[in-house]
Amino acid sequence: MKVLVPVKRVIDYNVKARVKSDETGVDLANVKMSINPFCEIAVEEAVRMKEKGLASEIVAVSIGPAQAQETLRNALAMGADRGILIESDMDLEPLAVAKLLKAAILAESPGLVIMGKQAIDGDNNAVGQMLSALLGWPQATFASRIEVQGERAMVTREVDGGLQTLSVPMPAIITADLRLNEPRYASLPNIMKARKKPIDMKKTADYGVDLAPRLKVLKVTEPPGRKAGIKVESVEALVQQLKTAGVIG
Amino acid sequence: MSVLVFAEHDGAVLKDATHKTVAAALALGGPVDVLVAGANAGPIAALAAAIEGVRKVLLADSQAFSPPIAEALSALIVPLMADYDALLAPATATGKNFIPRVAALLDVSPVSEIIAIPGPKTFQRPIYAGNAIETVESMDAKIIATVRPTAFKAAGTSENAPIENLAIPAFNVATQFVGEELSKSDRPELASAKRVVSGGRAMGSAENFALIEALADRIGAAVGASRAAVDAGYAPNDYQVGQTGKVVAPELYVAIGISGAIQHLAGMKDSRVIVAINKDADAPIFQIADFGLVADLFSAVPELTRSLD
Repeated sequence: MKVLVPVKRVIDYNVKARVKSDETGVDLANVKMSINPFCEIAVEEAVRMKEKGLASEIVAVSIGPAQAQETLRNALAMGADRGILIESDMDLEPLAVAKLLKAAILAESPGLVIMGKQAIDGDNNAVGQMLSALLGWPQATFASRIEVQGERAMVTREVDGGLQTLSVPMPAIITADLRLNEPRYASLPNIMKARKKPIDMKKTADYGVDLAPRLKVLKVTEPPGRKAGIKVESVEALVQQLKTAGVIG
Repeated sequence: MSVLVFAEHDGAVLKDATHKTVAAALALGGPVDVLVAGANAGPIAALAAAIEGVRKVLLADSQAFSPPIAEALSALIVPLMADYDALLAPATATGKNFIPRVAALLDVSPVSEIIAIPGPKTFQRPIYAGNAIETVESMDAKIIATVRPTAFKAAGTSENAPIENLAIPAFNVATQFVGEELSKSDRPELASAKRVVSGGRAMGSAENFALIEALADRIGAAVGASRAAVDAGYAPNDYQVGQTGKVVAPELYVAIGISGAIQHLAGMKDSRVIVAINKDADAPIFQIADFGLVADLFSAVPELTRSLD
């Protein structure tokens, strides 16, 4: 079974995003960029499936600037077999991303798509669900456990009240939550090997889909600030403050 | 602008997130109708009918929506949208699961987690874990969005609106529900609780979380946890507060042994009063806490619980 894993290049998880002074967006100049953490978890899950003999080939797909090749190399170093970069300098909306991925998936015909549940830049949590709808494939989002049983995948999902398990026939779209696995660090030999793995360079125009934005970004601003309060010296003083603030009786 | 609001419920209780989403819908204009989907959901529909400002309730009473599978909800909702300009659902696990699907089927760009509605088709939403707020204007014919419940004041109650039974369209869903393990608790629901006590990695073990629970029970609070505490197995996943867990904004949030990673702050920084107890005086949580106590939690938390007797 071929497994396809979409991956996104985003601001590094440990970097605090800063809004540009002209309020047009977040300043990404000279900021460390990395693979989106949820995408990394998706790659790890695919690699584990290959190690168990459940997957035969892993294709990583990214949509983004030329530098997103580094993101694909990261996936290749973890164990993906080849990459596809659909080059775009636009900040595409989830609808456009889902349409591009749909076209790429129809060309590749994977048996399963595993992807992150959201990217930590736009925080949309939308592409997996949209892709599933456009393809007419089943969806199992927010996965914390995936077990392949023949033609179906049993997916345990993190939901508001606890955990829910769904059984979906494959091909299907599964989106990864935080606790699906702990991604490995790529070893140096694997990083070297990844340099030789193929990356197919594509343009968005190759797929002939409508990418026009539907949302106009009017501005991007700082969130309202919250000032540090006071330090209290004792539990007794804390209780007194809470009573004064009227939050406890 | 006619708005359809998706009602969040668990089969027994209509969630407060619904009332807050109705408030957002009223801000968009109106009329506002509420969709209740579920099995034997008549009593839920009656509760939804009593929300102030609701024109009517659409009841889709069927086993097919219990639990609410995204594919089934989309099959129900997409045809209904011929009569509405907008669809809003609370940004809960269920809402996030089906809203983008409906949007894709209607060829609309969804708007996730709106926190304010400054204009008729203009929305504010947090991005980058809440480190930036994006203001977007939709150019689509319809608005399909999730609403962050903590950002809106719940609509009140009023006289009952009429309830209309929907014919359930025929659809085939390949996804099968296998089972669920839901946390059972007599405590208030985390997402809508007035008080929340959360523990972090410094709790050290699942057993030590009893200290958090004892304090929570003393003040009638819900229990939360940081991602680190959940990852370490000290607390179940549905306790997680943060960017990708639950977003809470209670009157009182007590963070115990939580350092204050960006992604945790994203889930609680709109709380009215924040208390932090941590032995590391430099922990980032103190930069946003109203009241900080630098102390060993293992002595301070039991003492706090006792002194609230």
